[in-house]
Amino acid sequence: MIAQSQSQEELRDLYRELILDHARSPRHFGKLDGATHSAEGINPLCGDKLKIYFSIDADGRISDAKFEGSGCAISVASASLLTDTVIGLKTEAALDFFSAVVSRLSGRMEDGERPLSKVDLGKLIALEGVKEFPSRVKCATLAWHALNSAIRNESETVSTE
Amino acid sequence: MTMSEQISKVTELATSLSGVAKCRQDFPCLAQTISDHPLVYLDSAASSQQPLAVIEKVVDYHSHDHANVHRGVHTLSHRATEAYEGARDLVQTFINAGSRSEVVYTSGTTESINLVAQSFCRPKLAPGDKILITHLEHHSNIVPWQLVCEQTGAELLVAPINEAGEVDIDNLFRQLESGVKMLAIAHVSNALGTIMPLREIIEKAHSLEVPVLVDGAQAVPHISVDVQELDCDFYAFSGHKMFGPTGIGILFGRETLLDAMPPYQGGGDMILEVRFDGTTYNDLPYKFEAGTPNISGAIGLGAAVSYLQTVGMHAISAHEHELLQYMTGQLDQVDGLRLIGTAADKASVQSFLLDDIHPHDLGTILDHQGVAIRTGHHCAMPVMDFYGVPGTARASLALYNNQDDVDRLVAALTTAKEIFR
Repeated sequence: MIAQSQSQEELRDLYRELILDHARSPRHFGKLDGATHSAEGINPLCGDKLKIYFSIDADGRISDAKFEGSGCAISVASASLLTDTVIGLKTEAALDFFSAVVSRLSGRMEDGERPLSKVDLGKLIALEGVKEFPSRVKCATLAWHALNSAIRNESETVSTE
Repeated sequence: MTMSEQISKVTELATSLSGVAKCRQDFPCLAQTISDHPLVYLDSAASSQQPLAVIEKVVDYHSHDHANVHRGVHTLSHRATEAYEGARDLVQTFINAGSRSEVVYTSGTTESINLVAQSFCRPKLAPGDKILITHLEHHSNIVPWQLVCEQTGAELLVAPINEAGEVDIDNLFRQLESGVKMLAIAHVSNALGTIMPLREIIEKAHSLEVPVLVDGAQAVPHISVDVQELDCDFYAFSGHKMFGPTGIGILFGRETLLDAMPPYQGGGDMILEVRFDGTTYNDLPYKFEAGTPNISGAIGLGAAVSYLQTVGMHAISAHEHELLQYMTGQLDQVDGLRLIGTAADKASVQSFLLDDIHPHDLGTILDHQGVAIRTGHHCAMPVMDFYGVPGTARASLALYNNQDDVDRLVAALTTAKEIFR
């Protein structure tokens, strides 16, 4: 049955091995003591709730990042991949990733984001499967919105609604 | 009952049961494919689909009879009023209210409950008074009471539940005896499907002179409801969970209580005479229906009531009961599946979790195979907290579902297990 295999293929594209691996064994999971920046992200639709922490040096470099909370496989994997990606980056570079991920997954640029063309998403490309699942884009971008909020020092909770 | 009467009753039920199975073809929205799979709709507890009889009635009204109600002498206004009020009569019969004055149109269960909280309870409450609800309630039967508690200094008590998802009746009785001003309780739990032993509870409440509001949103489409037999003081429900349109609902209220209550909202249609030095309110039920109402919604609701009566509530209950048992049995055989809500007396709903797969992921995987279920907290966050889960997957049944739907659900769950292996 063609339909069967096509929809299964899309599902497997969404739940790629890398995503399932990060969802089951999230990297940098837990509270970061001595964090200089943090923000919470909530997706009221499905109850995803993540808090993300950063230690940012005086010269604007992210020396450490961790997250805690609970959520679906997509939101947890995305947060895990985020921490893997941004540790060691300057905040400007991390924000470039934020813009690139959000625009790539949602197919639009949000107000105030820098136009981005040259960011190599690397393994973050694994999140791209959500493009076929519009209701799940918010899950994939939740941690990234929290990153944006934390770095810009908007300490209030970010909601995807 | 004689033997021949019994046989005729059984034959009648068997005939109507096969009638229920044929109902599916009455619902055009069900005849479609999602992601190239025939749709399996298992989310009627969130909102049910509408039969052609309802859709056509509403289209017919908009096409030929629309005008404002209770105003003007022209023909269209007369027709619209007849249809709107005729639907009220249908609802009155359907729930066996003693009088049409006791059937108030609202926008839905939520507004019905807010109306009672603000108009019936608020004027009576003093600091320290108590209102009792249960741990099973939908947010719409929690938050209106929290609001009125904030406004008056009253306190909200919550009757606990057990692991099966049943209210602890002894405990609830003790809380009633501690002196409460109001009991607000679901007829059927939306998250777990538990049917409350309402007659017993209402009898106890009334022996202590505690008025009772019943949230009937999840009961009305599944079981026969008789408000006089229940002896409840208020009964709230929504059109869109009983095969009618959204934005229309009902508040049944005992006439003596409604009569004594101040209006909930002011405006046109709820008045007899307006003067700057004082206004005379309209009679029941119009006193609680300010402004131009949801006329087409009410007419659609009336058509939904007629549809349910044609199929027969007893046949619907029997069909769904059998199917729920089948579904629960099939789900229970899925390796790694945990049933949430296993009360002895249940209707229509089964919540569950599968392995450590987040319900939201499960919802996506099922949807991609054409199976629509609800995932999340089901507007009952305290119930999720009780079970220590962020949410559940919930399959809910209606008269148009069949065993094939359940088999498709189970097959889709197997795919989910493969993907998350």
